[in-house]
Amino acid sequence: MSAEAPRVDDHHLAHTDEAAMFERLSRSNLVTTWKWYLGVAVSGAVLLWGLIVFLYMAMVGMGVTGYNRPVFWGLYEASLVFWIGLSHSGTLISAILRLTHATWRAPVLRGAEAMTAFTLMVGGLIPIIHLGRNWRVYYALPYPSSRELWPNMRSPLMWDAMAITTYLIGSLTFLYVGMIPDLALLRDKSAGWRRKFYSALSLGFRGTHAQWRRYHVTSTLFAILIIPVAVSVHSIVSWDFAMAKVPGWHSTIFAPYFVVGAIFSGIAGVVIVMAILRKAFRLESVLTPLHFDNLGKLLCTMTLLWGYFYFTEFLTVWYNRNPEEWEVFSSYAGPYLPLFLTMIVCNFIIPFPMLCLKRVRRSVSLILVPACSIVTGMYAERLLIVIPSLARRNDPFIWANYFPTWVEFSVMAGAAAMFVLLYMLFAKFFPIMAISDIKERLFHTTDRTIGGTTVESIAQVEGEGEAHA
Amino acid sequence: MKHTWAMAIDLDRCTGCGACVVACSAENNVPTVGEVEAGKSRLMQWIRVNRYWEGEFPEAQAIYLPIPCMQCERAPCELVCPVYATYHNEDGLNAMVYNRCIGTRYCANNCPYSVRAFNWYDYKWEKPLDEQLSPDLTVRSRGVMEKCTFCIQRIRRAKETAAEEGREIRDGEVVPACVQTCPPGAMLFGDLADPHSEITRKLKDPRRFRLMEHLGTEPRVVYLKRQKGAGR
Repeated sequence: MSAEAPRVDDHHLAHTDEAAMFERLSRSNLVTTWKWYLGVAVSGAVLLWGLIVFLYMAMVGMGVTGYNRPVFWGLYEASLVFWIGLSHSGTLISAILRLTHATWRAPVLRGAEAMTAFTLMVGGLIPIIHLGRNWRVYYALPYPSSRELWPNMRSPLMWDAMAITTYLIGSLTFLYVGMIPDLALLRDKSAGWRRKFYSALSLGFRGTHAQWRRYHVTSTLFAILIIPVAVSVHSIVSWDFAMAKVPGWHSTIFAPYFVVGAIFSGIAGVVIVMAILRKAFRLESVLTPLHFDNLGKLLCTMTLLWGYFYFTEFLTVWYNRNPEEWEVFSSYAGPYLPLFLTMIVCNFIIPFPMLCLKRVRRSVSLILVPACSIVTGMYAERLLIVIPSLARRNDPFIWANYFPTWVEFSVMAGAAAMFVLLYMLFAKFFPIMAISDIKERLFHTTDRTIGGTTVESIAQVEGEGEAHA
Repeated sequence: MKHTWAMAIDLDRCTGCGACVVACSAENNVPTVGEVEAGKSRLMQWIRVNRYWEGEFPEAQAIYLPIPCMQCERAPCELVCPVYATYHNEDGLNAMVYNRCIGTRYCANNCPYSVRAFNWYDYKWEKPLDEQLSPDLTVRSRGVMEKCTFCIQRIRRAKETAAEEGREIRDGEVVPACVQTCPPGAMLFGDLADPHSEITRKLKDPRRFRLMEHLGTEPRVVYLKRQKGAGR
C-alpha cells in the first residue's frame, strides 16, 4: 500500500481504492473470528433453552406461567409489542431517509433493514407462543374447512396477524431488493459455493444501465409503499388493546402513541446495533460519529414526542378521574412503581438531557447510554401498558397482580437469542453494509475547499425522486 | 319459538352462602384447583360470589354479589375471538365451542365482569371423584377458555322433552344448577319472551339494575337491589 493510495478522508470515488473499500466493508463476510463462533454458540444455546421451556409450557399448560384470572396477558404480549416496535427502525431509516434524500443514511440502511426483518420474525412468533393451544393455531388461518368456518375478521387479533404478515413480507422484499446490487458484487468477488449462492440470489444483476434504472424505481416505490404499512402495523398492534373494553387500554390516543413509541425504540435499537457492528467488523471509517450524531438528533426528537404523548394520555385521565381508569393509573404508584419509574427515568430523564449534548451524540460509547436506557424504558412501558390495566379490571373483587415466572423469562430470552442468532448469520452471509449505496454516495461527492477547511459536498443525485424517463 | 333466557338475582335475599358455586361446579364438571392455585387467583368457578364491605368495623356489613356469566346481548367477548370459538347462539346465549378455542384469552380480557375461566392445566379428578363427572358435557382440556352457559345442557334437555311431547317449554321447566340450589331462593331463571313467565313479572320490580350498565353490554342477568330498613 503506497502512502498515496486509499485516503479515508478523501470523499470521492475516483480517489478511492475500490478493492480496499470492498474488503473493508465486507469484513463481516470475509473474516470469521472465534468471537463470532462464540456468539453463535451462546445465542444458539439460549435459543435452544427457550425452545425446550416453550415445549414444556405447551405440554403441561399455561399454568406454569405467572398468568392468572384477571391478568390473562403479560410478559409475552408486552414483548410482542416491544419486538414489533423495534422493527420500525429499518423502515424509518431506509424509507423515510431515502425519500428525503438524507444521503448519510447509506452505511446505516442495511443493518437497520435487517433489524426490521428479524425483530418482526421474533415478534411474529409471540402470538403463536402465547396461545393456550399452540398446536391449533391453524384454526386462525382462512382455509376451506369441512365446518365451513372462516376466521373472525372482526377480531383485532386477525387484523394483527394480517398486518404483521404483510409487514414481514414487505420488509423482507425491501431488504432483498435493496441487496441485489451488493449480492452481485459479492458474486463477482467470491468463488466456490459462495459464488453459486450469490449468483442465484443476485438474479443475474450485471449493472447495466437498464438494470440500475429498474432497481432505482423499485427501491423508491418500495420505500413509498412500506411507510403506510409500518404505520398501520403498529396502529393495529395498539388496537389489540385499544379496541378492548378494558380501562386504561380503551383509548383513542393509542395508535399514534404506539407508532411514536415504536419508532423511538427502533432508532435506539439501531444505534445499539450500529455500535456493535462498528466495533465487531471494524467499520469505524464508514460508521462515523456523524451517523451517530444524526441518529442521536432523531432520537432526541422522538424522546420529546414520546414524552408529549405520555403527558397527554395521563393528563386526560388525571383530570377526568373516571374511577375505572383512575384505579389503573393509581396502581402505577403501588405495585407497579418500579416499572413506572424505570419507564420515566429511562425514557425521558436520562436520554433527553444527554441527547441534547453534541458531545454525547458524537461519541459512540456515550450515545450507547441513552440508547440502552431507551430500549429498557420502552420495554418497561410495554409491560406497564399491558399488565396494570388487566390487574385492575372493572370488578375490584377480582383484582390480582402478576409477576412472570422463570418460564416466561426463559422463552423470551430464547426469543431475544433468536434475534441475535439470525442477525449474526445474516451478517456472515449477506452484505451487512450497503456497498453500492456507499459507492453511489461517494460518486456524487467532491471535496471543496472553502477558505482554510475542506468539506465534503454532495451533488443532488440526478433525477432521484423525480418523475423522469 | 324464540327464547330470551334471563336470570334474576335478588340481592336482598342473597346470604353469600356459596351454594350456587358448589352446585355449578358439580353440574358442569368444573375442576377444583386446590389451595395453591386458588392463591394464585386461578379459580375455575363459573359463578363467584363477590364480597364487598360497607362501613367501618363495628358497623361493617358484607354485601354479596353473585356473578355468573352475564350472557350479554352485545357481548364484548364474542367480537374479539379470532376463531369464533365463542358466539351468539339461536337463543341469544353466549355459547362456547371448546374444540374450536385456541386459547388467545382475548375474550377473557375483554369481559368487564371477568367471568371467564381458563384451563391453565389438564385438571384431574382423583378417584372416586371422576365417577361424579356429568356425562352431559365435556371435561375441558388445557389451553381452552370456559364459562357459565346458563346450564345449556338443561335447556337442551327441556327443549327435547317439550318437542317429544309436542308442546312449548313450560315456565320453570329449565332450572340451572345454581338457581335450583340457592337456599334463600335469591335466584330465578326463565324466559323473557314469555309475557306470563315469573321472571317477566319479577323484572318489573323497580329495584332492578344490571351490572356495569354504562358499558352497553346489555346483560341477561338482572339484579334486584338490596332494600334498607328496620331489622337489618
